[in-house]
Amino acid sequence: MRTMMCSRLDEEQSGHRTHPHLLLSTIFFFFSPDGHLFQVEYAQEAVKKGSTAVGIRGKDIVVLGVEKKSVAKLQEERTVRKICALDEHVCMAFAGLTADARIVINRARVECQSHRLTVEDPVTVEYITRYIATLKQRYTQSNGRRPFGISALIVGFDYDGTPRLYQTDPSGTYHAWKANAIGRSAKTVREFLEKNYTEEAIAGDNEAIKLAIKALLEVVQSGGKNIELAVIRRNQPLKILESKEIETLVTEIEKEKEEEAEKKKQKKST
Amino acid sequence: MLLVHHTFSKMALASVLSGDSADFSFDSSQSFAFGGGPGPSGLGLEGTPGDSLSFSVKNPLCVGDDDGVERKIEFLHGTTTLAFKFQHGVIVAVDSRATAGSYIASQTVKKVIEINPYLLGTMAGGAADCSFWERLLARQCRIYELRNKERISVAAASKLLANMVYQYKGMGLSMGTMVCGWDKRGPGLYYVDSEGNRVCGDLFAVGSGSMYAYGVMDSGVRHDLTVEEACELGRRAIYQATYRDAYSGGQVNLYHVHSEGWTRISQDDVLVLHHQYKDQA
Repeated sequence: MRTMMCSRLDEEQSGHRTHPHLLLSTIFFFFSPDGHLFQVEYAQEAVKKGSTAVGIRGKDIVVLGVEKKSVAKLQEERTVRKICALDEHVCMAFAGLTADARIVINRARVECQSHRLTVEDPVTVEYITRYIATLKQRYTQSNGRRPFGISALIVGFDYDGTPRLYQTDPSGTYHAWKANAIGRSAKTVREFLEKNYTEEAIAGDNEAIKLAIKALLEVVQSGGKNIELAVIRRNQPLKILESKEIETLVTEIEKEKEEEAEKKKQKKST
Repeated sequence: MLLVHHTFSKMALASVLSGDSADFSFDSSQSFAFGGGPGPSGLGLEGTPGDSLSFSVKNPLCVGDDDGVERKIEFLHGTTTLAFKFQHGVIVAVDSRATAGSYIASQTVKKVIEINPYLLGTMAGGAADCSFWERLLARQCRIYELRNKERISVAAASKLLANMVYQYKGMGLSMGTMVCGWDKRGPGLYYVDSEGNRVCGDLFAVGSGSMYAYGVMDSGVRHDLTVEEACELGRRAIYQATYRDAYSGGQVNLYHVHSEGWTRISQDDVLVLHHQYKDQA
């Protein structure tokens, strides 16, 4: 193993300048003895440290919600954007390393336009997800590069009006979901969604948005101020909800919760 | 990388043609591409001077053939091909004559290339260029279909072809083709040529006999034709072109592209059609 690593290192050095003492940089394109790709798994750990993002696929709407990390006093809030449009009808949210995400988003945006140029059609959500996943996979099998440390939730509407939600992870796999969460406490949020994602819960646009907010409230501290929400409605561009709208919805949700609690109390007493 | 590919395609052409083409011994003063470049001048395209030159001009990129005999490649500028859209899809009609100068090389050339069950391409210009690039296009279309789990659109297929040949612009490719099909947007018809043109339209005729075909088509084409009327119009247009243009003739091959794909409607010898029309009049 050691001699193999040294010879790889020589390759690297002749190819491009790397620190001569960083032998670890050569480990990732080997499998471990029990079949793991450690760098990919470490990347997934990095994702778990990122702030939570949740995606919900409704009937006529797709919703993305992210936990907004609290900004420093002097920092401009608007420069921290975790939800990005890839094209008019597709957008994504990510969890993990912001800088990695920026690269992936840039490449995806260029690909969306290239597709429009060569095929004269906007991308389908599946196509751009596949492109991003292929990009990520390439970096898990590349000389001298580490995988991207992000998971992405990609939402949008296809040409024929079908809403879609896909999730990618650092290994380069992608799956379609009805609702999903990534990042810190993703498991809690996903369990909440599994319990509460019903046909009625997503019957209307507002209901779907409220479901996203409810899911995030499970894990986000101090309520609506730390939530950023974006929606795409069929044939409409991405809309990022203002904090006022979110506050209104949060208040509604809290009222509904109280009403639910009241009802339960009454049931118990009768 | 581009040069290698080009040489490869030249070699491929040589091997494809050496079996089929007869050995034409011409003197170099003979020019092949008489009477019109691959593009209909109705679109405001001039055939470049290169199109009507004798193809015995040595291409500097092409190594001479091994056996020393210079094989003249047949070019189908002498041809008539047409296609038009109507309510039930696209009608594609072509003649089947190949000429080399005033010598009729073949009366039974297949000038419609079946790219896949729902896409057709017509052939005008260099036979080898057309069939090679359109077969390459078929491969790309199939890969697209497998990757994206849906049929490629006519716009995308024609775009792929146009982009492929544009890389060889100025290197002597000669191809004027119409890509016809039916996709989710309905009937599709694009004219693509080796100059890099790619035009969407409802009606095209390509080749030396295109002017005669336009005359007949323009006087009879309507959006609400029935399938039989449209077929007859296409057939008549090609026949009239073969009647007046010396470089078109043979048989009229007729295809209809509809929502389920394309169907080969008929193949009629123009002499038979001549008598048929004479009796009708």
